[in-house]
Amino acid sequence: MFKTTGLAIGSMLMASTAFAATDITWWHGMGGRNGEVINEISQQFNAAQDQCNLTPISKGTYEEALSSGIAAFRSGEQPNILQVFDAGAATIIAAKGATIPAEDLITGAGEEFNREDFIAGVRNFYADSDGKFIGMPFNSSAPIMYYNIAAFEKAGVQPPKTWEEFEEVAPKLKEAGYLPMTASQLTWMMVENFKSRNNQQFATNNNGYDATQGTEIIVNDENQVMMFEKLKEWADEGLYGFYGAGWADNLKPFEEGEAAMWIGSSGSFGGLQKSADFDFDAVYMPYWDSIEGAGTQSFIGGAALFAMAGKPEEQNTCTAQFFSFLTSPETQVYWHKNTGYVPITEAAYEMAKGEGYYDEQPVAEVGIQQLMLETGEWSKGYRLGFYPQIRTVMEREFNRIFSGETEVKAAFDTIQQEGNALLARFAKTAN
Amino acid sequence: MTDTPLNMVEADQTLVTRLRAWWSGETANPAKRVQFDRPLTPWLFLLPQLAVVVIFFYWPSVQAVTSSFYLEDPFGFGSTFVGMENYTDALNSSEYLGTAAFTAFFCVVVTTLALSIGLLLAVKADKVIRGAESYKTLLISVYAIAPPVAGLIGMMFFDMHMGPLKDLAAFFGYDLKVGINYWDTATALIVIAVWKQIPYNFIFFLSGLQSVPVSVREAALIDAQSGWRRFWDITLPLLAPTAFFLLVINITYTMFDTFPIIDVIVKDKPANNPMTLVYKVYLDGFKGNDIGGSSAQSVILMGVVALLTVLQFRFLERRVHYG
Repeated sequence: MFKTTGLAIGSMLMASTAFAATDITWWHGMGGRNGEVINEISQQFNAAQDQCNLTPISKGTYEEALSSGIAAFRSGEQPNILQVFDAGAATIIAAKGATIPAEDLITGAGEEFNREDFIAGVRNFYADSDGKFIGMPFNSSAPIMYYNIAAFEKAGVQPPKTWEEFEEVAPKLKEAGYLPMTASQLTWMMVENFKSRNNQQFATNNNGYDATQGTEIIVNDENQVMMFEKLKEWADEGLYGFYGAGWADNLKPFEEGEAAMWIGSSGSFGGLQKSADFDFDAVYMPYWDSIEGAGTQSFIGGAALFAMAGKPEEQNTCTAQFFSFLTSPETQVYWHKNTGYVPITEAAYEMAKGEGYYDEQPVAEVGIQQLMLETGEWSKGYRLGFYPQIRTVMEREFNRIFSGETEVKAAFDTIQQEGNALLARFAKTAN
Repeated sequence: MTDTPLNMVEADQTLVTRLRAWWSGETANPAKRVQFDRPLTPWLFLLPQLAVVVIFFYWPSVQAVTSSFYLEDPFGFGSTFVGMENYTDALNSSEYLGTAAFTAFFCVVVTTLALSIGLLLAVKADKVIRGAESYKTLLISVYAIAPPVAGLIGMMFFDMHMGPLKDLAAFFGYDLKVGINYWDTATALIVIAVWKQIPYNFIFFLSGLQSVPVSVREAALIDAQSGWRRFWDITLPLLAPTAFFLLVINITYTMFDTFPIIDVIVKDKPANNPMTLVYKVYLDGFKGNDIGGSSAQSVILMGVVALLTVLQFRFLERRVHYG
């Protein structure tokens, strides 16, 4: 008893001798288990060196983290590191002067940085059009298709690789008594990653990377409209179930064993292992065989870390050190195994593989493999301002499509029109 | 009273004694008004309250009005003066107008239902003699539930996968789809918002009813046999001040305080579900980071509420008889 007290006092004294350490803060938008893992990684970083002391603070959701970061920046109280999600990337990257490009920060601090260390799928999304890393990719995920093994055995079919195969397989699954498919967050799955998997242009100005001014979204094209006309047709035939814009509402039928397939995030498998009491596996998100050049990698979802500007040099050095620590294979593998997000470097992937992790958890490998597929001209990423609002417009129109209030083409014309109006507004803010 | 006469106030009288004298409210010469002898003193007393109002209301309002004329980079680097463009953009957007129409509809329906059900329950509870306290407690207890919790409870009832109300609707052959079908979601919002507000109205109506003098009631009993007639001619006019107060409060409630309920029901993703103007201000400002557009919307909202309140006081309050 006295020994432990003595030890505790001793360690407190030790902690206070390390008081000269530079404090840096990290605001993020993750809760639950993911938030805990962030705390664990921060502790590991603090234990691994004694010049820097990192404090992670949860700010709620992704959106809340971004708006807190913005408000703090405007009053000069910004954290050193801010986590920003995929759809908010354009907002923070367009505000030049709000952040220090991650690559400059790391090389400026004398740390090593090599773009080629990162897996292909994460290299471009948070980079500028020259490929320079502005944000540091952190929690990256890919949309993949989970399937109920027993359902496929009962129907005597194989999981589809393409949407053409889906059309053959789905009626058999329906006959076997299943709802063939549901999908969460159609904006991410059926628009953004429809574009990436099928190598389709999403916006002018090189998907928005080259300029903010004059960028226009491309969504009412023949192929995009075809995807949703098919989805509507499948929904009417009972081959696809639409349950609104909520993530969990669309996942539920799969968890309950009613739906045979669910398109969700590669980061969902940890949760699914707990909530689904049947054996499941996953395959890549399907693409259209009929579209030439399709089958490319998907965009990364999730979020990246941005080093906020206006901080003293020694704090920036600490931020750079933390970014290097974060990309080390050990940290990446720890993060990967504990959260289900994909490792972002080749070395981390090899390490996880070498440890035999994918023999135990084959599902965990599907997302990363999909991100490592061939890079197409349009599968690198997109950079669109006010994109969270454009997603909101899409969600509204999708609900109207599936409730039969509007035709698919008309809905996408509306998205195109309102989306472009939002992009034009965003371009004015960036002056 | 034994207090020293206040008209004899000495210049060196301490603040405490003056306060005490003011608190007791008695003067030797009631015709003469008590006044501070220094013009600055009353302002000092007002200062804390004024500071709160200025910092938390006027200052943000001025900021909102200013930023509504600009299109601004969220991080505050660049902003373009766009004049009335944020306003015209909002007022020309069919989505904004649709939201405004729903807000008006929501306001009328929720206020009418919450007020009339609250009044009905109060009138009935006023008549109950045995077990009156337990009825009242049961009716009032809902008021203790915080709006987000009310929203969550409502969500459980209306859930598209396991909500009992969905099963009930299915029993009658209706496929209730809260979160997908616009009017199904609207119905759920209205039910939850009304349910949450009834106890508040109930408390006020009940105390209003209990303050109707027994003599008046008895006199009315002689004049009219019909209970409906007595209610209409005697009770309701005497309840008018309460009802007017509740009307203002209920309108404010539906416009602003239903926010958490909407947030829980639409689960952060409104899609084509109905929402109120204040929820849209939040979405565009905090989720979309469109500060100019969101400010313009909040200025419009502020104008509408101000106008409504003025109209209520000008046209309705005249008919209210304060006994």
